[in-house]
Amino acid sequence: MITPTAPDTLAPAAARPAAAGPAALELTNISAGYSRGAAVLQGVSLTVRPGERVAIVGPNGAGKSTLFKVIVGLMPHRSGDVLVHGHSHHAGDCPSIGYVPQREAVDWRFPLTVLDVVLMGTIREVGWLRWPGRKQRTEAETALEQVGLAGLAGRPIADLSGGQQQRVFIARALAQRADVLLLDEPFSGVDAEAFESIFEILDQLRARGVTVLLSTHDLETATTRFDRLILLHQRVVADGPAGEVLTPERLAAAYGGRLIVWKDGQPMSVSADDCCP
Amino acid sequence: MLAFLFQPLQYAFMWRSLAAATVVGVVCAVVGTFVVLRGMAFFGDALSHAILPGVAVTYIFAGTNGPLFWGALVAAVLTALGIGRVSQDQKLREDTAIGVVFAGALALGVALMSTVHSYTVDLSHILFGNILAITNNDLLLIGGFGLAVLLIVTALYKEFVVVAFDPVHAATLRLPIEGLRYLLLVLVAVTVVVALQTVGAGLMTAMLITPAATGYLLARKLTHMMAIAVLIGVLSGVVGLYLSYYVAIASGAAIVLVATACFVLVWSATRLGQREA
Repeated sequence: MITPTAPDTLAPAAARPAAAGPAALELTNISAGYSRGAAVLQGVSLTVRPGERVAIVGPNGAGKSTLFKVIVGLMPHRSGDVLVHGHSHHAGDCPSIGYVPQREAVDWRFPLTVLDVVLMGTIREVGWLRWPGRKQRTEAETALEQVGLAGLAGRPIADLSGGQQQRVFIARALAQRADVLLLDEPFSGVDAEAFESIFEILDQLRARGVTVLLSTHDLETATTRFDRLILLHQRVVADGPAGEVLTPERLAAAYGGRLIVWKDGQPMSVSADDCCP
Repeated sequence: MLAFLFQPLQYAFMWRSLAAATVVGVVCAVVGTFVVLRGMAFFGDALSHAILPGVAVTYIFAGTNGPLFWGALVAAVLTALGIGRVSQDQKLREDTAIGVVFAGALALGVALMSTVHSYTVDLSHILFGNILAITNNDLLLIGGFGLAVLLIVTALYKEFVVVAFDPVHAATLRLPIEGLRYLLLVLVAVTVVVALQTVGAGLMTAMLITPAATGYLLARKLTHMMAIAVLIGVLSGVVGLYLSYYVAIASGAAIVLVATACFVLVWSATRLGQREA
């Protein structure tokens, strides 16, 4: 399990105390992701302070994955700016952004071990034309300890359980010394124990000043575990505490005609009927 | 038994053929590992057929003693870059783009070759290999370019792996993803030309795919997959040449048959193993 006294040797490179200095992540008027003429993201602006933990909610096709791909620079954006700790995300000195992919998006049969994946976080540190050395190995093993996967370095990723799969990628982001961590649907298909351990890790990351953005379909989790939600549907429909963001009107605007289940005045889940947009 | 092994070795052409088959086995296996992992088998096949116009033009102007290697190299690299560019547009799916380019190129090549009277024999050599006629000069070119490909793959190994496995993470590392993609296409192009005289344009895909596919079935680590592929690639070359010597069948085809037999053996063994488990 997670050791609370794990050595803090993998502090993110540019961690700052919360609410001081430039924003950890700042998007200004981002439009991107064109498919058949319509932009998936239209004029998206948001500011995240260092150490904040934000949940991004919205239906399929709302642009959550596109948003992450634009932030990391994989997808071009037609307008607007992305700044990470004040640096443009294309600049060479931009602080590291970690990305934890959706479990469904990973090719688990790729012949890699847990250590191979975590070492991928150290590629920039190693540089061109060199191979990861003992220093990187130690960093990778420390990262694995911090997510509770110590001793699994040699295991093929095909042999990991659902809960372990997420954590390998979080360990990779730790080895990368990411200042900002993006998690794409980290709660889909994980059991209760894995779910809790993800939050333990997120708490540790917050204590270190790592900024976390994650996307989720799970409105109940978003409401109960996050101080700040962003409701996305091509644009930022709402941004703030759950009570403000998940109002019936706003949910209707974002989720359209889908069925929303409520309990005690709080939205619990949205039906996954995505057949006909 | 020893006589059986040594009898062919009294001929110089046999030594050259064995050397060529070994180089081709190694290079195809290494590059083929990435081709298999990235699902680029069709591309490899297309490329091997698309070099025909370049070879044809060289052949027309310089006959069979001409620098076919260089003509093929130019054609292959240009085709690789062309397919890379067309598939970037995303308007066409990649396999459609490839299909269009390669069928057209193959037709152009055959049309050009048919303008020369005695073209049928030479065309069959180009399509199915002519390893026994390899000269020392050819060997120099094959060895030199083969080594260059291996050096580049070794130097950029970790970058190629991360781009194949997780392009989003590659973006967070700010790796030149498009550049690496094009580079891999060019490496496949050079590999195709290196293997051209050994197995020919028609059978070349097998040397790229089959040993690596066999490695994929057996290995849990990428380095093991590549090692197994290299072993089978070289083994196929050597056994195939001996087979063609003693049984008097076409050498290129014999090499490919041996590689395929290895795959079938391993595949059957893994299926049987699963059924018993």
